[in-house]
Amino acid sequence: MQSFYLAWRYLAYHRLKTAILVTAVTLIVYLPVGLRVLVDQSSEQLTARADATPLLVGARGSPLELVLNSLYFGSDVPAQTRYAAVAEIRESGLALPIPLYTRFNARGYPIVGSSLEYLAFRELRVEQGRSLAMLGECLVGARVAAALGVGPGDYVISSPESVFDLAGVYPLRMRVAGVLGFSDSPDDDAIFVDLKTAWVIAGLGHGHQDLSQPEAVGQVLSREGNEVVANASVQQFNEVTEGNIDSFHFHGDLSDYPLTAVVVVPPDERASALLQGRYQSDEQAVQIVRPREVMDELLGTILTVQKFVVAGAVIVGGATLASVILVFLLSLRLRARERQTLFKIGGSRASVGLIMGSEILAVLIIGVVSAGVLTMLTSRFASAAIRALIGL
Amino acid sequence: MIQVEGLEFAYGEGDFRLRVPALNVPEGENTAFIGPSGSGKTTLLNLIAGISVPAAGSIRTHGVEVTGLSDSARRSFRISNVGLVFQEFELLEYLTVQDNILLPFRINPSLRLDREVRERAVELASQVGIQDKLSRNPHRLSQGERQRVAVCRALLPQPGLLLADEPTGNLDPLNKDRVLDILFQQVEATGTTLVAVTHDHELLPRFERVVDFKSFEAVPSPTGQDEDARTTGPSEASERLPSGRVARPDQDRGP
Repeated sequence: MQSFYLAWRYLAYHRLKTAILVTAVTLIVYLPVGLRVLVDQSSEQLTARADATPLLVGARGSPLELVLNSLYFGSDVPAQTRYAAVAEIRESGLALPIPLYTRFNARGYPIVGSSLEYLAFRELRVEQGRSLAMLGECLVGARVAAALGVGPGDYVISSPESVFDLAGVYPLRMRVAGVLGFSDSPDDDAIFVDLKTAWVIAGLGHGHQDLSQPEAVGQVLSREGNEVVANASVQQFNEVTEGNIDSFHFHGDLSDYPLTAVVVVPPDERASALLQGRYQSDEQAVQIVRPREVMDELLGTILTVQKFVVAGAVIVGGATLASVILVFLLSLRLRARERQTLFKIGGSRASVGLIMGSEILAVLIIGVVSAGVLTMLTSRFASAAIRALIGL
Repeated sequence: MIQVEGLEFAYGEGDFRLRVPALNVPEGENTAFIGPSGSGKTTLLNLIAGISVPAAGSIRTHGVEVTGLSDSARRSFRISNVGLVFQEFELLEYLTVQDNILLPFRINPSLRLDREVRERAVELASQVGIQDKLSRNPHRLSQGERQRVAVCRALLPQPGLLLADEPTGNLDPLNKDRVLDILFQQVEATGTTLVAVTHDHELLPRFERVVDFKSFEAVPSPTGQDEDARTTGPSEASERLPSGRVARPDQDRGP
């Protein structure tokens, strides 16, 4: 015990040297172990979400982009498909189609335009307030509510895609209808709106003052049957209220309206196989993907990269370990006079050895414990870290 | 206290040899070893302390045959019975003054550190005037203060014998006197036997007896071999110098 006290005093007195040695040992242990934990946990999380999403239909293009956008609402917006895809799947009777339109965001959080079926599919429950009931309302994920400090009755405003986008996308002020319970998934970081609300944000649907009213006569340029042409002074609504909701309308054929993806939930493998067969033709404008297969491909790439990183870490760790051993040996040489003094005074061989050994032991223990703590932290934040790493 | 008989010692390398046919240091006596560098003064201290082991002969300290003990037993004997003071103080920089004084109780399980020992350490520090510096590290002390810490460390286990190797060699005149005063006060108060190596002849009057290694002279043996030399006092010591001659101290010096 006395020897450990002396070793501790030595380490405390040489703080900088101790800190450097501990850091080196920590890195030697942490780099390969932490990386392994990071990849393992992330793989688990990524595949779990992918496993829970049987099929995705989207426009032809990058399957990875389609999956990442649809499952994590991050990445770039994939090529858009038409709402007609939903009707086609529904008419086939082979699966439940759930539309997704995840193009916009509000204060950095993705706005997911979908249907209430999505909430049921992901088993998301409304913890505060109520579910979506009216155009222009939103449900916020648990982490969004905490980060923005919003709850039922508050408002969030969609962000324009670009400050220079003067023509199309105007910010929509959305009333928070409810807050979703924590699900430890990307849904916690999302804002959910009805698909039509998402289209309103896209500028495909809008509400404005009633041009049939006499007070709007000064803004009407021409009137031919049902077609009214007005000037730019017509007031457009940037919030849906009970007072103006009837003025909101959509132009054109809804089946041509955009979606980023359709989550497809077949009842069984047979239906799944039949559906996939329908989208095999290269001439089709849409593709169907199994998210698990796409994620496996991505993870394969990550694992390949991991092998290189681990190999690098092992080399760096080896060099660092050699340096640490050198420092310990030099330290022992520098302390030769101290050992001689302890011997002359009458220090027992075991005590003197323990004092010198305890220095090394303490550094190793502190280093390994630090690496353990770092690994635990990595494990705790692995999913967020990997999502940040792959740009989700 | 110290009885040396037929002592012979040589280092593994070189031609240095030390031979002491007889040396007696009575209990409670203050003895100075003087002589030129390399004449074996420190070697003899190390042999008496059991740090080095002679090739032949015996050393009895406190009635214990030190040369017959194992390495482990010699260490335990040394830490309990022999206090050592070095010219370079040999304090551990990473320990406070208090921890330096308590050091012997932390490096050998034959000494037990308890509250009484801690109180005695503070009392010793107080007696030598460093009680207000107990929490400092040695680098924040003057040379004189460092040697006082070293003296406290040597005395804390209450050894019967104090061996000091040029204890004032690194001190200015003022601190030299102060440290010597403390050293003599402490050994007198506790009845400790003091053997000190010194090059400073001004200090010799303060010792009860002086063994001068320089004044040895060669005495050929009847067989043609070198013969041990005898001191004129109660002690007997001789040294075989590197040249091979045997010298004899012609007289004791002392107060």
